[in-house]
Amino acid sequence: MQQIDFSLVDWSRAQFALTAMYHWIFVPLTLGLSFILAIMESIYVKTGNPEWKKITKFWMNLFGINFAIGVATGIILEFEFGTNWSNYSWFVGDIFGAPLAIEGIMAFFMESTFIAIMFFGWNKVSKKAHLTATWLTAIGSNLSGLWILVANAWMQNPVGMEFNPDTARNEMHNFLDVLFNPVAMNKFLHTITSGYLLAAIFVVGISAWFLLKKREEQFAMKSIIVASVFGILAAVYTIFSGDESARVVAKHQPMKFASMEALYDGQQNAPLVAIGFFGSPSAERPNEQEFAFKFEIPNMLSYLAFLDANAFVPGIRDLVHGNEERGIISYKEKIAKGKKAIDALAAYKIAKKAKNEQEAKDALKIFKENFEYFGYGYYFNKDPHMLLPNVKISFYAFHTMVILGGFFLVLLMYIYFLARNNKLQDKRWLLWIALWTIPLVYLAQQAGWVVAEVGRQPWVIQDLMPNIAAVSQIDTYSVQITFFLFLLVFTALLIAEIKIMLTTVRKGPEITENSTKK
Amino acid sequence: MFENLSLLSLQQYWWFLIAVLGALLVFLLFVQGGQTLIYKLGKTEMERTMLVNSLGRKWEITFTTLVTFGGAFFASFPLFYSTSFGGAYWVWMAILFAFILQAVSYEYRTKANNFLGTKTYEGFLFFNGAVGSILLGTAVATFFTGSQFSVDKMNLVDLTSGKMPIISAWENPWHGLEAVWTTENFAFLQNLSLGLAVFFLARVLALLYFMNNIEHKAIYERAKKCLKRNSIIFLILFLFFVIRLMFIDGFAYHADSQEVYMQAHKYFNNLIEMPLVLIIFLLGVVGVLYGIFINLFKDSKKGIWFSGAGTILTVLALFFLAGYNNTSYYPSTFDLQSSLTIENSSSSQYTLTVMSYVSLMIPFVAAYIWWAWKSMDKESITETEMQEDDHAY
Repeated sequence: MQQIDFSLVDWSRAQFALTAMYHWIFVPLTLGLSFILAIMESIYVKTGNPEWKKITKFWMNLFGINFAIGVATGIILEFEFGTNWSNYSWFVGDIFGAPLAIEGIMAFFMESTFIAIMFFGWNKVSKKAHLTATWLTAIGSNLSGLWILVANAWMQNPVGMEFNPDTARNEMHNFLDVLFNPVAMNKFLHTITSGYLLAAIFVVGISAWFLLKKREEQFAMKSIIVASVFGILAAVYTIFSGDESARVVAKHQPMKFASMEALYDGQQNAPLVAIGFFGSPSAERPNEQEFAFKFEIPNMLSYLAFLDANAFVPGIRDLVHGNEERGIISYKEKIAKGKKAIDALAAYKIAKKAKNEQEAKDALKIFKENFEYFGYGYYFNKDPHMLLPNVKISFYAFHTMVILGGFFLVLLMYIYFLARNNKLQDKRWLLWIALWTIPLVYLAQQAGWVVAEVGRQPWVIQDLMPNIAAVSQIDTYSVQITFFLFLLVFTALLIAEIKIMLTTVRKGPEITENSTKK
Repeated sequence: MFENLSLLSLQQYWWFLIAVLGALLVFLLFVQGGQTLIYKLGKTEMERTMLVNSLGRKWEITFTTLVTFGGAFFASFPLFYSTSFGGAYWVWMAILFAFILQAVSYEYRTKANNFLGTKTYEGFLFFNGAVGSILLGTAVATFFTGSQFSVDKMNLVDLTSGKMPIISAWENPWHGLEAVWTTENFAFLQNLSLGLAVFFLARVLALLYFMNNIEHKAIYERAKKCLKRNSIIFLILFLFFVIRLMFIDGFAYHADSQEVYMQAHKYFNNLIEMPLVLIIFLLGVVGVLYGIFINLFKDSKKGIWFSGAGTILTVLALFFLAGYNNTSYYPSTFDLQSSLTIENSSSSQYTLTVMSYVSLMIPFVAAYIWWAWKSMDKESITETEMQEDDHAY
């Protein structure tokens, strides 16, 4: 394994990132809009007012256009674990496969069965049965979010398992530990509430367009009231769970945390860089990012990470080179220990084959002592800096997400306040802002996943398996071909989706209601 | 209750579930078959709309079954996931492309300003119908004919040989596509005959489904005409596959040493040694034929129920032949000892136990799908409904 095909690793990563990013364009809207639909339809069933049925159907139409393409990109992600990360699939399949299967059995069927009733069942089942189907579609899609996020969280913080040297893989020992992994719970809540926030802004933004055009004002105002209340609750929760996320990351993935803040030297009373821009790196430290400008809040980073303004936050240099005083061991030592673990596993296998029980036992002991650094061993004789994530991307993505998140809350609160007092129609500038916030909320969503996934590189499984040991053995050109094919297909479908969506919006709810066949 | 089962019993139980999902998937491929018949059966725009909408209310269940089939295989036999998906890369990728295109085509086909045009989306549906079903059938045929791969878990700890530390390697540059031209033991004939048989079966099932689901005389008559031809082609291909299967050597393994070896007439022996599987198989084949028969000669609309159930039983039996009775279900012709069996490729006892509890949800899932379909299919698809439904595809 002296020769690692980095181009294969990079293209495999690119393909997965491409699929995940496209997938995440569509999924958050599905997560949030499904609940907004369910709320709107509940109002319709409760009040019997056909105006609410019209509103529900209009948003349901947009939901349908968006949903199909989310499904399409989702299946690719599931299969890509096998097609492009075959080693990974074996190394952790015993744990990782379970949530994926549960997602299918528990959530996808619910979603896909009841969505058919939701779309086509208006005149076929009773009002209440239809409403139940709409709620179950929402619950189903959110449940699928739960299981895939449990799986993702496990990669970031592997718990509830033990390595079995005989099968050369990690095996699950406690399902509840996997499910209630602190990273999982937090990630789930943060991710789905951010999806609700996106859907709320989507509804508010499009409704604002109707107000700007002075069309369908009653429809638009009703939609805005429902969506802004839903959005404010979602934004508050997204911010709270985001704050909690920071602490979870600081605890379990200190390198990701340091990268998010571009903190090179660890310190007590660490300040938070609220806004910052990088200049060009200095000649002495060409591999490090340097701020050209930054605005800091004193003590805030220590507080954010450990709820203690005096706490020590380790920086990238502490983590790479070690910090004896703080009990942090260097990457070099971790690599040596990882190598020991890998060699011991090899020795164990040989001894087992030769039926030499004592040697096998000794090797196993060494293996167990060093297992927590297993993945580092793959960087033996390599520069430890290869183990760093991209600091620039992590920093900018993190700050984009946080700043936009705060902005969304303020915007939604202001809009709700004005809408309640019937003053929203007069504030045209605000309506324009609401409309143009739609692309921003998509940007914030993507930024969130970039922080989560770029920040944890190169770990596919934190500390246990780096991406270089996870890929499938395929020719790089094969992955390049499929990458560009995916890019072409996804982009064509995205353009189609946006065009159809815009046309449907322009037609408005009346036409949607009365159109017989498109 | 599952805690008391042995590892082997759990492995067998999970192979049973994989077989059930695989069997349901093949039955549900009637959606794919139907997608290849839209122009054959629909001569006017309205007729095509009725056909597409009739399928459009079912396609997601087929899609979801495929996703769950993948997920369940991952959870229960991860070494298959790792070896086959990462190895037969091009086959799985082609299947994936076919399915991405399908997912959007229903929704976008007749929408205004849909960028690629109605004909393109109909082309996508045809592509998915043909390529999806043929490739899935061909991929399953390799369960009997084998593929060229090697598995060595020690590669994970090999830091010195200059190789990538990869456990499963495909030993053929075509990454799965070779299944359609591998001449060794005439494997390509076996693979292609099953692939095409699945395709024609999907069309037969689709015709039976349309005859049941759509209230339209002209479509019914055209479907009936089409049914005869497609059934004959299906039967020829299927019989060729099955008869040949009874005569070829199969991949067996010794229960105690786990050593894989070639055994003459292995699949025939499996049928004889597992009489229950033989009964399931025969019942299945009779079911499929009876369904076709009553629609063709008795003017019935109920054929889909018999042929559908028959399909499920037949495919179940084929999966049982591939994986039970000490048979390697994913054999390697490159290195016999790398072949995958339900014993050497499964998840751990703990995971299989947990997942077995999860599997208890399956009957509930089946029940609500049944209820949903029943309420949706109370009335057949009619022209009037197409004109009134504001979410018609």
